[in-house]
Amino acid sequence: MTGEMQGYLLYALSLLSLGGIYAILALGLNLQWGMAGLFNAGIAGFFASGAYTAAILGTPPVAGRLGGFDLPMPVTVAAAALFSAAIGWAVGRLCIRLRTDYLAIATIGIAEILRLIVRNEGWLTGGSLGISGIVRPFDGLGPPRADIGYLAVVLGCLVLVYIFVERAGRSPWGRTMRAIRDDERAAAALGKDVDAFRLQAFALGSGIMGGAGALTAYYFRFLSPDATEPLLTTFLVWVMLIAGGSGNNRGAILGAFLVWTLWSSTELVTGRLPADWAANLAYLRVLLIGLLLQVVLQRFAGGILPERARR
Amino acid sequence: MLAFVNFYLIPGVIVGSIYALGAVGVSLIFAILRFAHFAHGDLMTLGAYLALSLVAAAGLAPFLALPFAMAGAIVVALVVHRLFYAPLANRPTIVLLIASFGVALMLRSAIQLLWGVQVETYVQGIQRPLVFFDDLRIAERHIYIVLATVVAIVALHVFLTATRAGKAMRAVADQPELAELSGIDRKAVVRQVWVIGGGLAAMAGVFLGIDGELDPNMGWDLLLPVFAAALLGGIGRPYGAIAGGYVIGLAQELATYPWIGAEPLLSPGYKSAVAFALMVGLLLWRPQGLLRGREGT
Repeated sequence: MTGEMQGYLLYALSLLSLGGIYAILALGLNLQWGMAGLFNAGIAGFFASGAYTAAILGTPPVAGRLGGFDLPMPVTVAAAALFSAAIGWAVGRLCIRLRTDYLAIATIGIAEILRLIVRNEGWLTGGSLGISGIVRPFDGLGPPRADIGYLAVVLGCLVLVYIFVERAGRSPWGRTMRAIRDDERAAAALGKDVDAFRLQAFALGSGIMGGAGALTAYYFRFLSPDATEPLLTTFLVWVMLIAGGSGNNRGAILGAFLVWTLWSSTELVTGRLPADWAANLAYLRVLLIGLLLQVVLQRFAGGILPERARR
Repeated sequence: MLAFVNFYLIPGVIVGSIYALGAVGVSLIFAILRFAHFAHGDLMTLGAYLALSLVAAAGLAPFLALPFAMAGAIVVALVVHRLFYAPLANRPTIVLLIASFGVALMLRSAIQLLWGVQVETYVQGIQRPLVFFDDLRIAERHIYIVLATVVAIVALHVFLTATRAGKAMRAVADQPELAELSGIDRKAVVRQVWVIGGGLAAMAGVFLGIDGELDPNMGWDLLLPVFAAALLGGIGRPYGAIAGGYVIGLAQELATYPWIGAEPLLSPGYKSAVAFALMVGLLLWRPQGLLRGREGT
């Protein structure tokens, strides 16, 4: 294989791996927003708490930082999901019974606090140095096989999460959830414990986001406080879900891959331009993503794959 | 004692003023349009940068650039409303929240595009504070910030209580249907809300820049304390929001004072967690806010 061919292959693998991780994030948000109508403006917080959990548990010892557990990936990803779900549960416990604007503000707050912890607590998170030395499974195979192996891991996780949320959505639990979203009072009148259902959906969605954070930490083999920045997680995932079609899991996945391809291919273009142009175009790209969100909201309210009425 | 006043109390009042100015807008927008305006922080940033251009180009003092920055931010707020919020008027209000989330992203990237990402200041060099009673140090800019905030609050009070438009605004906030039936032009009220909210946001942004530095994330980072202030005051209540702003500003500065022993009670790196803690505490204890807030629809 020539060098150029291998470059393209690695690019495609990276696009699909990160697209898959975004699809998992979008599925988590769809569980919260699409199914339960709960607004989460702090995706970055749940994402980062999962990423740091996995990175701390999965790396060999480093002087001056908690860690050295060196646990295998399946354990760390599960722990990451559990930890983020616990944070989601705690936030939800406080705010779920309030109207959703308050929940949105509270999620911004928790994301901000997690950001402060990541930046300030060097003994835990490595501070601004971050955490390096995260080893992916299949890394021993060398590129591109290691990347193919990791893509398989990501897509495997995506399929598992998809099956889980689809089954949850079709179950009596999912029907109750949508009933609560569409008419809270009617559901309550039928004897459903509205707050308990919402709390479950919020915690599950947060857990899925934490798992996606763990996958990202392994993907980059390195984790820095940038993981807590909202642009690449909170904002982008919202655009993905709204564009793809909230309430529809396939829409969420499609939206994630489409928007990520759009986002990352424009980076390919801007990367070839002179440096000062490239920086400006990077911001223009964010502006256009924001505009895309507005256009979808106004013209295609349901997204590309709108929610279908279920029997 | 004087160290306490100089380094904790005065900064608390200054950030409190800034939060109050931002929170009034958030609270009014919530009262009339019924959504949490997530782009409010970036509106502040915009105001700060508009003033920066005037300071840099015309050599104006930041306080003289303030009216122009406010005018600019008001125009942008009205255009944003026309383009991105008004078309969603008939949808659930949460859709407006999502739209404002997108507007926040767009405003910030536009600022980065136009002004770059490096940290800026209005005035270079160190400004000497005025010294009163031997040791009480107050920077001149801090006096102006507090005075201007008081003027803005009094003006808002006069507007809401003594003018026809202000009464109409309160009527729409209290009883939207009844207000409409009695012939109040809701669209005019909404425009006035953006004039007030945009203007005060720009003021908060310029003061934030005067007090420290400008960077494109400054407003987004302020969103949490500003929302917390609006919630603390009972969302939809402008006076409550002002009180909430000062409570949060003072609480976060005073929390870093070495009350027990020689160490700060709270590490300064966690200042913004105070806003969150107060907000969560309040939500548990009095979900309706300190003053009774509005029930959402």
